[in-house]
Amino acid sequence: MAETITLSVARYRPEEEAEPTVQTYEVPYRKDWVVLDALNYIKDQLDGSLSFRWSCRMGVCGSCGMTVNGEPKLTCAVFLSDYLPGPIRVEPLQYFPIVRDLVVDISDFLEKLQKVKPWIILKEEKPLSEGEYRQTPDQLDTYKQFSMCINCMLCYAACPIYGLEPGFVGPAAIALAQRYNLDSRDMGAQERLDILSQKGGIWDCTFVGECTKVCPENVDPAGAIQQYKLAGAAHWFKSLLLPWGAK
Amino acid sequence: MDVSSCDVLVVGGGAAGLRAAIAIAEANLNLRVAVISKVYPMRSHTVSAEGGAAAVIKPNDSLDEHAYDTISGGDWLCDQDAVEAFVNEAPVEMLRLEHWGCPWSRQPDGRVAVRSFGGMKVERTWFAADKTGFHMLHSLFQTTLKYEAIQRYDECFVTKLLVEKGRCQGVVAIEVATGKILAITAKAVILATGGCGKVFPFTTNGAIKTGDGMALAYRAGAPLKDMEFVQYHPTGLPLTGILITEATRSEGGWLLNKDGYRYLQDYDLGKPQPKPVLRSMELGPRDRLSQAFVKEQAKGRTLEGPYGHYVHLDIRHLGEKLIDKKLPFVRALCRKYVNLDPVKEMIPVRPVVHYMMGGIHTDIYGATPLPGLYAAGEAACVSINGANRLGSNSLTECLVFGARAGQAAAAFAAEQKETNPAISAQARDEQRRLEESFLRKTDGKERIAPLREEMHKNMEACAGIYRTGAELKRAAQVLRGLQDRFHDLQLDDRSYTFNTELTAALELSFMLDVAEGIVASAFARQESRGSHQRTDHPQRDDDKFLAHSLAYRSPEGPPRIEHLPVTITRWPPGQRVYGK
Ligand SMILES: Cc1cc2nc3c(=O)[nH]c(=O)nc-3n(C[C@H](O)[C@H](O)[C@H](O)COP(=O)(O)OP(=O)(O)OC[C@H]3O[C@@H](n4cnc5c(N)ncnc54)[C@H](O)[C@@H]3O)c2cc1C
Ligand code: SF4
Ligand code: FES
Repeated sequence: MAETITLSVARYRPEEEAEPTVQTYEVPYRKDWVVLDALNYIKDQLDGSLSFRWSCRMGVCGSCGMTVNGEPKLTCAVFLSDYLPGPIRVEPLQYFPIVRDLVVDISDFLEKLQKVKPWIILKEEKPLSEGEYRQTPDQLDTYKQFSMCINCMLCYAACPIYGLEPGFVGPAAIALAQRYNLDSRDMGAQERLDILSQKGGIWDCTFVGECTKVCPENVDPAGAIQQYKLAGAAHWFKSLLLPWGAK
Repeated sequence: MDVSSCDVLVVGGGAAGLRAAIAIAEANLNLRVAVISKVYPMRSHTVSAEGGAAAVIKPNDSLDEHAYDTISGGDWLCDQDAVEAFVNEAPVEMLRLEHWGCPWSRQPDGRVAVRSFGGMKVERTWFAADKTGFHMLHSLFQTTLKYEAIQRYDECFVTKLLVEKGRCQGVVAIEVATGKILAITAKAVILATGGCGKVFPFTTNGAIKTGDGMALAYRAGAPLKDMEFVQYHPTGLPLTGILITEATRSEGGWLLNKDGYRYLQDYDLGKPQPKPVLRSMELGPRDRLSQAFVKEQAKGRTLEGPYGHYVHLDIRHLGEKLIDKKLPFVRALCRKYVNLDPVKEMIPVRPVVHYMMGGIHTDIYGATPLPGLYAAGEAACVSINGANRLGSNSLTECLVFGARAGQAAAAFAAEQKETNPAISAQARDEQRRLEESFLRKTDGKERIAPLREEMHKNMEACAGIYRTGAELKRAAQVLRGLQDRFHDLQLDDRSYTFNTELTAALELSFMLDVAEGIVASAFARQESRGSHQRTDHPQRDDDKFLAHSLAYRSPEGPPRIEHLPVTITRWPPGQRVYGK
């Protein structure tokens, strides 16, 4: 008999049930299987009706975030062997509306992302014929870390502020705003600060720091928020002291 | 059913689709553009590309060198007018992405850095460490957010092209979250749906790469071109097929057999040197390296593990510092997925299905023979990749031909009148088909997984690195059988809400069509060229086959194959010479 491990998986089929339920499945235990492999085994062999998102199976597309034994994880980056002897509890990411089974609705994030203007803002773009904008490796390093965000939403699922205050822009969107602010090619920091100083912006964050802990890409959104607050505060002081020269 | 409309509809939110959408928004401010994608755009498989994107930018390089590397790499099956357009426009497209914020790796003076890549005589591959595709995709996606003209249908799965009066006028799609059927009419449609690696069992491709756009075009009457050319990448991790980028070898990595011997020297790829030599040894083209592996295995000189034969990729001598700076993702992937540190240990690798040279037949503007239908990116075959793509050409191809298709589709759309109302009847028929064949069907006996597995086994056994006519013939019969059995499919899931079993079934049926295209084209090509190696026809045959294969759907039975001469401009067919 091959070894097996138990997965207890959250189910929710809105056409059939009012509340989420739990279903357990016995799957083969393989030491090089990630949790996502077990979910795919269930879908292929045991129950075709289980729904979840995935694509790359290499930790880069950001689709497969779920709550595994209570913590937000990329299911293609955690192994069955990390959870021996089981059972392994797999649930959707918290704080997002559940669409079905392990699938949550992240459209809120996409709206917020757009709001923080995550693109290069310039007064005037130089013609392509003049070639690239120069950017030294050091200049690249100042924002590189914040550019590594795969939009996996683990940080939102870990953020108690987002849980309480769904209007909060949230860790990843702020990190991405800061990614552009710090890019030597960009001139949009002020515009973004104006947006992020409003309600739902950086001041909502009470610096819990959970976002940075769960981030699979070491983006450090908490650090971004901290930097942002400092910039925001400096700007605020400046505008008090030097009302004519704040910009 | 929901009916909506736009002027140009882009199917696909990867590099090609997003580049096309921006091109349309910039070409004509009055056009309404929409991007429809079965996953959120930033999940598209472009995200996984690691190594880099090629474009001439340095003074020691030239457009002609890039063209020659591409054409010889493609074993003279590339259309040379397409290649010339490609190498010409590549630098500007890459610069554009730089202006849009892509975090390219830099030289100390702040200029963009380039690295060497397999089959290239000069270093010309731009890179963003070893997450190039990820950074390109996110830069493009975030840039699209600034264009109000670009509308999105996220997580909507296209099931059919609407063709009326000989012109493509929109699509039918399922909104996955709700199961609602969408009929979206458009004056022009661009398919940028990516490749089809999932037709094979062992691949670097993500779950979503199921050849949907290829099958959609084929069903609508457009031919698929050069489908027999399937690229195996020489260095995938056993079991998962996770790619270990070619950049490991351009930085100086070695391929070693079980005796620690750099075996490529036995396969006409040059002699080992301490430093990497361009177009030589480990920097030879992918087809030749993957073929060398199979021969090495036949000699009993590979290693054997639980997931088949493999060789070693050794990058230890590059040192921790370089690895962390230029190949950090490779180190992370190895640690995570094979539990070893490439700074100290050798990486087990074997050839893995990676890229589709073939695709929807287009001209150099991305137009297919079906008016109103365009294609770009890996889904299309223009063709610049010929019989073997050079690594780092395809990301750039997505930009150059994404932009071209966008501009051409915009111009076409601007000239069209309103779309034909008769197509809503077609959309209703499609809705009925989805209900009857899948959601309401109760008498089926087949399940998805076994059919898919059988397709996989069959493709790997018969349409892999080496092929024979007899095996291909058998493969074609097996696929016909699977097509029949597919009609007897039964789903467990009958709900409308996020029904991924339904989309998996539709993907399987797309893959079966694509697989038939691959096998029939491979059977008809009785020669060996680039990635297509027939042991029963081991020579290249320019008299008969300096020509593209075109696979047309026939009403019943396997595809009909025709051939179309290759366009030669300045580089007459020659021998592919590496390591000299
Ligand atoms: C692991 C890996 C590494 C690579 N590394 C490199 C490299 O270093 N350099 C290089 O040049 N190339 C590389 N490539 C190849 C290159 O990444 C791809 O060829 C390229 O990204 C394809 O882009 P695309 O826009 O054509 O398609 P994709 O990025 O695959 O996007 C396809 C889009 O179509 C949508 N779609 C598909 N079907 C449907 C449907 N039915 N309905 C609605 N939407 C649909 C998807 O949702 C997706 O948005 C690599 C490939 C892989 C797999
Ligand atoms: S910041 Fe980290 S955890 Fe949050 S979405 Fe980005 S990658 Fe995921
Ligand atoms: S499947 Fe892509 S991140 Fe897990």
